[in-house]
Amino acid sequence: MNSNKHTLTMLVDNEPGVLSRVVGLFSGRGFNIDSLCVAETLDPKVSRVTIVTQANKPLLEQIEKQLRKLINVVKLRDMSDDRAVRREMALICVHARPENRDEILRLVNLFRAKVIDVASNYYTIEASGDADKMTALIGLLKPMGIKKIARTGTVALYREPKRGI
Amino acid sequence: MELTGAQILMTILKEEGVDTIFGFPGGAVIDLYDELIRSDLRHILVRHEQGAVHAADGYARASGKVGVCLVTSGPGATNTVTGIATAYMDSIPLVIITGQVPTQLIGNDAFQEVDIVGITRPCTKHNYLVNHVEDLPKILKEAFHIARSGRPGPVLVDIPKNIGVAKTDYQPITEVKIKSYNPTYLPNTKQLKKALNLLKAAQRPLIFSGGGVILSKASDELADLAHRLQIPVTSSLMGLGAFPGSDPLWLGMLGMHGTYRANMAVSQCDLMIAVGVRFDDRVTGKTDCFASGARIIHIDIDPTSIRKNIPVTVPVVGDCRNSLTELNRMIVEEGIQPDETTRREWLDQIVFWRDEHKLAYEQKETIKPQFVIEKLYELTRGEAIVTTEVGQNQMWAAQFYHFDRPQRFITSGGLGTMGFGLPAAIGAQVAFPEKTVVDIAGDGSIQMNIQEMATAVQYHLPVKVVILNNRCLGMVRQWQELFYDKRYAHTILEHAPDFVKLAEAFGARGLRASRPEEVEATLAEGLETKGPVIMEFVVASEECVYPMVPAGKAITDMLLV
Repeated sequence: MNSNKHTLTMLVDNEPGVLSRVVGLFSGRGFNIDSLCVAETLDPKVSRVTIVTQANKPLLEQIEKQLRKLINVVKLRDMSDDRAVRREMALICVHARPENRDEILRLVNLFRAKVIDVASNYYTIEASGDADKMTALIGLLKPMGIKKIARTGTVALYREPKRGI
Repeated sequence: MELTGAQILMTILKEEGVDTIFGFPGGAVIDLYDELIRSDLRHILVRHEQGAVHAADGYARASGKVGVCLVTSGPGATNTVTGIATAYMDSIPLVIITGQVPTQLIGNDAFQEVDIVGITRPCTKHNYLVNHVEDLPKILKEAFHIARSGRPGPVLVDIPKNIGVAKTDYQPITEVKIKSYNPTYLPNTKQLKKALNLLKAAQRPLIFSGGGVILSKASDELADLAHRLQIPVTSSLMGLGAFPGSDPLWLGMLGMHGTYRANMAVSQCDLMIAVGVRFDDRVTGKTDCFASGARIIHIDIDPTSIRKNIPVTVPVVGDCRNSLTELNRMIVEEGIQPDETTRREWLDQIVFWRDEHKLAYEQKETIKPQFVIEKLYELTRGEAIVTTEVGQNQMWAAQFYHFDRPQRFITSGGLGTMGFGLPAAIGAQVAFPEKTVVDIAGDGSIQMNIQEMATAVQYHLPVKVVILNNRCLGMVRQWQELFYDKRYAHTILEHAPDFVKLAEAFGARGLRASRPEEVEATLAEGLETKGPVIMEFVVASEECVYPMVPAGKAITDMLLV
């Protein structure tokens, strides 16, 4: 992972307007958001927000402090190093010409992806993995003609289950 | 006990020790006002909602209590935004209650509807929209708790009209706990030990104090540290009064319009003890050159203030008073004394700088604004609560009125809000009816909230407005003169009201001085008058504030007179 890229995960109150506080902080202070993922946790009162941002060390320190200062941010952790796992997902609709079909299926197998929809000339592929894997798969499918693509942001978890977040 | 939302609001305001609120009624808050009039809370009816927030702000700054305002939805709410942002930038504890359209109409573009929670998200410490009357007690208690604890700030509570009349069972909440909000009051001892070691080794230490010292009431502890180790003290605009302006160790304010000796001391110190400051660009100038030879100890309760603009050697997160108390205790315990020779050299150097360039002006045939402030200082014996507008009037007040105590100088430092001074003076006067409260104003900024003269007259609040009338927007004109080839783009106020008649029209007293020899008598007469007074001083229009550090330059690059 690029040393400038950081995956920040936070637990926030699951209330209206909270996401806007987090995102507003980034836009208001000129911080950058590469990707953003939000969903409820097991506790319906708490949501997990994962943001991938680009920052050098002092800026990252400032971003973390500013996020912690938000009343609705309960916990925050930098999940950028090897103690955490990070994954993202993509749905890729690729042009499946007869001469390319085998190659597409081979790539799907190699990348442990799935074909989830088959149309006369198109396959829709579901793939998940870390950011590099997704970029690689997309790169290989591109020459065959990607019609459209939907990617999620990164989600992350710490490996050891004991830590709260 | 079953209470309506409006009754809960009044009950909790009283529980929180509120006796006065500033506001302006409207459709969405009519039920709240209907309950207010039956309570024993004092309400000051302002003439514009911005005035309500600035007045609550002035009240809070003068008294140290939480200021409270009550306004209606829509335009009432949007008019508070400048006031809220002003308080936010200067960390002033306020609770702003706004009315909102009924919950079932929210999002329908209803009459006088605005998403004030959305609008004020970036300029409040926190804000709430009350969706259910059952949530109201907890929200109000949290609002006060958040506003006054940690680094204080404004908190807005948006109450839809139907919540005011809805009923719920009310049980008093005795303790507020927010799991994700726990300000660090006690400093880390290890960090303080590191700070102590730097203090021991320092040959040219300098204290830089700010608004945080006033907010945490740490003036005595600051003076203790300075006197014990013979450390000279400078401060930001927001910190004026935290250290006595008459103390021999006092250097005056630093920064863009700071004193020569303060800025030189910053550039030459080998240790800076920064307490309750945030290193604003008006303080630092070019950051690479700011205290570049110094190690920096930075004490602040807000971790985001630390290392935001300036790298520091020893960060200390904690309440300023607690941190200084603990540091002083360690100094006594270890018997630390300054090295007499090196300290004498340092203090002598500062005296040399002081004599090299003093704050100065020449009083000729037209009145100099600085002269008015010096006379005001003499006549009030430095005891007045002084508010200011923003611009030259503010800088001259900071330079020429010397504050020996905290909570005496009330000014919009961070946001720089013109129109702040008069309503803030009203708020300060409400907090201290017996004290002399003076708004030092310019002819430009006073017109931004002049309508509040009516409030002062209605409530017999004897605020004294000193208008330094230079017939222009002086600070911007000064920049145009110095950096824009004297192209005075729209900074000359070619028409102004007759301020004496205007005062009289409001039912106040109006006085005018046009010649230097009239200044003292006019001030004396104005200050002795029982009710509110506008004193207009026709001053030299080309006078500039010096020293001046051009924006983006090192603070040693001062333009001197």
